[in-house]
Amino acid sequence: MRDALLTVRDFSVTYDVDPPVEAVKDVTLELRRGEILGLAGESGCGKTTLAYGLQRLLKAPAVITGGSVVFHDRSGEDVDVARLDAEQMRRFRWDKISMVFQGAMNALNPVAPIGAQLEDVFEVHRPGMSRAERREAAAELLDIVKVGRQRLRSFPHELSGGMRQRVMIAMALALRPQLMVMDEPTTALDVLVQREILRQISQLRHEFGFTVVFITHDLPLLLEISDRIAIMRAGEIVELDTAERIWTNPQDEYTKTLLSSFPRLTGDRGVVVR
Amino acid sequence: MTAVQPQPPVQDGVEVGTTATTAVKGHSRVPWRFLTGRAAFYLFTLWAAITINFFLPRMMKGDAVDQYLSRNRNVSPEAADALRALLGLDTDKSLLQQYVDYWALLLRGDLGVSLLHGLRPVTEVISQALPWTVGLVGFATVVSFAIGTIGGAVVGWRRGSRLDGLIPVTTFLSTIPYFWLGLLAIALFSVNLGWFPIGKAYGVGMTPQWSAEFIGQVIHHGTLPAATIVIASLGGWMLGMRNMMLTVLDEDYVMVAQAKGMPNRRVLWRYAARNAVLPQIQSFALSIGFIVGGTIVMEMVFSYPGVGKLLLDATNAKDYALMQGVFLVITLSVLVANILADVAYAFLDPRTRQTEA
Repeated sequence: MRDALLTVRDFSVTYDVDPPVEAVKDVTLELRRGEILGLAGESGCGKTTLAYGLQRLLKAPAVITGGSVVFHDRSGEDVDVARLDAEQMRRFRWDKISMVFQGAMNALNPVAPIGAQLEDVFEVHRPGMSRAERREAAAELLDIVKVGRQRLRSFPHELSGGMRQRVMIAMALALRPQLMVMDEPTTALDVLVQREILRQISQLRHEFGFTVVFITHDLPLLLEISDRIAIMRAGEIVELDTAERIWTNPQDEYTKTLLSSFPRLTGDRGVVVR
Repeated sequence: MTAVQPQPPVQDGVEVGTTATTAVKGHSRVPWRFLTGRAAFYLFTLWAAITINFFLPRMMKGDAVDQYLSRNRNVSPEAADALRALLGLDTDKSLLQQYVDYWALLLRGDLGVSLLHGLRPVTEVISQALPWTVGLVGFATVVSFAIGTIGGAVVGWRRGSRLDGLIPVTTFLSTIPYFWLGLLAIALFSVNLGWFPIGKAYGVGMTPQWSAEFIGQVIHHGTLPAATIVIASLGGWMLGMRNMMLTVLDEDYVMVAQAKGMPNRRVLWRYAARNAVLPQIQSFALSIGFIVGGTIVMEMVFSYPGVGKLLLDATNAKDYALMQGVFLVITLSVLVANILADVAYAFLDPRTRQTEA
């Protein structure tokens, strides 16, 4: 049994509008070190809010109304995310938990070369590194994700969507975080590029050993890549189990509906016919 | 064998499209097509402006000599004709000939003589007035732009905070008609408090020179007009920048920058403001162009010896040579400002470099 990396207890987020919207309701889950946890659910069910909330990245009117998020660092130290002050939170971000965002197209600053945006991370989090070391580290990252170091000086608009997303993955890898939250990293890409990127992610995970929270509404994809899957609906996790058991023996009605709403190639309705 | 020959495939694969097959290391290539295109555009604009500048005064009724004669009665008809010849107003020449002569003189840097200023060369008259306008209004515009943009960035960053209250205040100040603001400032600070002189660029009896006393005088005289210009134009800069900031702050890359653990200051200036400032640069370039000609009211209110006042006087006296000269300078400055804006934009926004090349 692998040890825990992140413990989330009774985590709730409310959008303080009129009437208030409870986007995440009493979510409790434990993330194990090294696993891929899939987070699935329909649009607007609170997946992204949960992911942003873990790092306290939400902006007003979102309010974290309760619960705790504890990060179990590799060093053995437990970090209660809610207790960190602004400066500690800033250091914690990206260093321990990095993110790959939904909109690959707009996630990069359009007026700065991608090399500079990668080096940015080192400049802020590793002040001890020299300019040359930062440049080399950024070049190496681009090599790792197969974009190639000759792209260091390219601007985001000079890259394709797939390349941009790989740059984002390179950026997320930069500090060798223990957890990478991927918020629909492949939704905007076509299936071939999607496959390529997923393969790359799993390869990188073997190499660097980070844990992944993979958010998507593409359940068949999750069934394929994740160790465990959490099904979310209206802000609540309705079912959390291994991919295999979700596939073979879903307990919740909603999970069953979700599974049966994906067509299958043979023409029968639903992946799982009951 | 008249059949259509198969076209050989185009070989310059690297030039076509934007996806170079091999990434070019180092600096991007010089976009010659873009540059020559821009240059041709500016040359055409310049030609058009100068041509309009030539024809406009000639379409007006009466000429400078008529005006001059009405002010100076004892001028003989011969002297009047001689004046006309001197000013290039002799009517026996065809319009085309006049046009050619105009260009010839222009290329030699000869803009004619100003009737209003005792037949001194127009270039001399303008070059005396230009530094005052450029110095004062240019300085005020830059200050206003800098304060407004930086302030707008901060106000936009802290949206919903008490700083938001600044926006209506600066907007209100910029809606006050400028002449009224200027008169109020004079009434309050010059007449009642006596802190600043009432007008002019420097004290009576001084001659322009590079001495500490003279420069002190210039600053003392310039403070009030500069301050009123800043107050009147600050609102626009601030509002524009704040609104752009609000748009940019919703962009994904700002969220990414925060998730990356960037300090707020870095997110604000390097990510948000860096992108929000782009439209500001455009309007700044436009306002640079209007520095030279757009401040007639200020120069009237503060009796400042600048280009605006020169133009007004020249128009009233139908001093065509001087008017043309001032128009030319204004046109040139607008063009130069546009070129600067183009360059700055290409420098600040990599996307324009790519798409237009």
